[in-house]
Amino acid sequence: MSTSTHGAGASAPAPAAERVDPTASWRGSRPRGGRNGVGTPGPSVWLAVPALLFFAFFAIIPLLGVVVLSFMQWDGLGTPVFIGADNWIRVLADPVAQNGLKLTLLLTVATLAIQMPISILLGVFMAGTQKYRAFLSVLYFLPLLFSAAAVGIAFKALMDPNFGLGRAFGLDWLNKDWLGRPGLAMPALLFVICWCFIPFHSLLYQGAARQIPVTLYEAAKIDGAGRISTFFHITLPQLRNTIITSSTLQIVGTLTSFDLIFIMTGGGPGDATRVMPLDMYLRGFRAYDMGAASVVGVVIAVLGLLISFLLNTLSGNTKMDSQMEGA
Amino acid sequence: MKTREMPNVLGGFLGWFYLAITIVPIYYIVVTSIRPRSSYYSDNPLSIPTSPTLSAYREVLAADFLSYFTNSVIVTVVSVAVVVFLSLLAAYVIVRNRSTLTRRMFDLLLLGIAIPLQGVIIPVYYLIVEMGLYDTLWAIILPSIGFAIPLTVLILVNFLRDVPGELFESMRLDGASDWKMLWTLVVPLSKPAIITVAIYDALNVWNGFLFPLILTQSSDKRVLPLSLWAFQGSFTVNVPAVLAAVVLSVLPILAAYAVGRRQLVAGLTAGFSK
Repeated sequence: MSTSTHGAGASAPAPAAERVDPTASWRGSRPRGGRNGVGTPGPSVWLAVPALLFFAFFAIIPLLGVVVLSFMQWDGLGTPVFIGADNWIRVLADPVAQNGLKLTLLLTVATLAIQMPISILLGVFMAGTQKYRAFLSVLYFLPLLFSAAAVGIAFKALMDPNFGLGRAFGLDWLNKDWLGRPGLAMPALLFVICWCFIPFHSLLYQGAARQIPVTLYEAAKIDGAGRISTFFHITLPQLRNTIITSSTLQIVGTLTSFDLIFIMTGGGPGDATRVMPLDMYLRGFRAYDMGAASVVGVVIAVLGLLISFLLNTLSGNTKMDSQMEGA
Repeated sequence: MKTREMPNVLGGFLGWFYLAITIVPIYYIVVTSIRPRSSYYSDNPLSIPTSPTLSAYREVLAADFLSYFTNSVIVTVVSVAVVVFLSLLAAYVIVRNRSTLTRRMFDLLLLGIAIPLQGVIIPVYYLIVEMGLYDTLWAIILPSIGFAIPLTVLILVNFLRDVPGELFESMRLDGASDWKMLWTLVVPLSKPAIITVAIYDALNVWNGFLFPLILTQSSDKRVLPLSLWAFQGSFTVNVPAVLAAVVLSVLPILAAYAVGRRQLVAGLTAGFSK
């Protein structure tokens, strides 16, 4: 890469981290913006129309469409026919769908409980200035480069009951049919999901931890606070907003996690890992019951939107909040 | 987090331990991909192969891998180019045209960030079929563009807001058109943000699985993540070949990571970090 790009890169991360805080710039620029806009005419609104059309056509219309389709009967080929609330009644009473909701909730709570503490610790650890930590950080991020398909395939081979991990370490208890046994498949998936996403969340915490003013730590040191006490009384409270952002992304991410599970277990064995997105896929694109699949889709979409709004309103300082302000 | 008197032994230990968790699976992928197929069943999975071979790679390349690779490149390049261009236009309008209409547009786009694509995939499938685009590369490209636009616009808007308004005003007074301002002012000034957001979008499209899975079918329209899944189905007894395909699929991104690690890391968390 040319030196000019390198120069841009060297200066990019720190300012970029501030820049992408939407609320700050939104709040900051509003009063200023009012004055700026007066002097000369702004650009034509038409320039924004193509982006808006694309987005409306492929995101907003489908959001409404999934609600409409949930009241229709459609096999994916012919014309959808309106059948009222039949799909809803059928799906809500279906133990498989209920199981899907239960598994999704379970997975969400479990990923949050495992990923959050590890990514906070790892992020704070990586924010340290020691050379070896910078070196470790470079390697920690490697999982982020792999597609979910690649990760799923690799772990499927690693979790092979005969030629996988157990054999590698000579540990018999690892020689299990991790993905083939109902009780083991979910914990195995949980491990792989965490392996995939902890680096991303650590990255968020690393960025946030680096912005904590050094003076806070110096003051704590003068007061004689130990490392653990400093972590709980300074670092954690300072990471509050990042914790909310990261949790939102984790919850919505787990709610919608499909690729990894699809590749590794396909929802099985039996229905042991048939979480909601898998349930939707199997109903729609395997059983060609698009109406029932749309019911599950609506539940996923509504839960996803609700959680995003709720957590962002609670935080009072993130993306959705700027939207509230803008309205 | 300045250096303390006493080194953080526990932290260091956990740091190295987590490194092992990260690296072992990646190391496994690489060594297995160069392990002869015959010794896959007899060797220790983590041992360095005594007679490493690239035959797994040859098998993968012979199985149309390059055409899947090309499809992925086409889909990624076209999607990212369109997303960044259209989003830049929109961001320019949102920042510089302060009418109620543009504000409403921005509100709508912000709502879009929270729409989970998994929840609305069935209507997307319906639209693509109705448009006669099912099983074409456009079936992947168009929805990828639609779903990437909200966050891309948001990041560009936040960046462009920091550009002093006087620059735009004085150019406008000199009689510059929207188009000229875009190319001589907006594009050059927002270059760092464009790079960051393009990397983020490119990674998402390159690694995307659901759109290709649902909206394409035939093998000549297959993109890389989908081809990995297909390889896994057809090479069930040839694990080295499947993992060689995994290595090949990640190579371009790994190369990007080696060259522009900072931009890539900034791109990964674009829009989420504070």
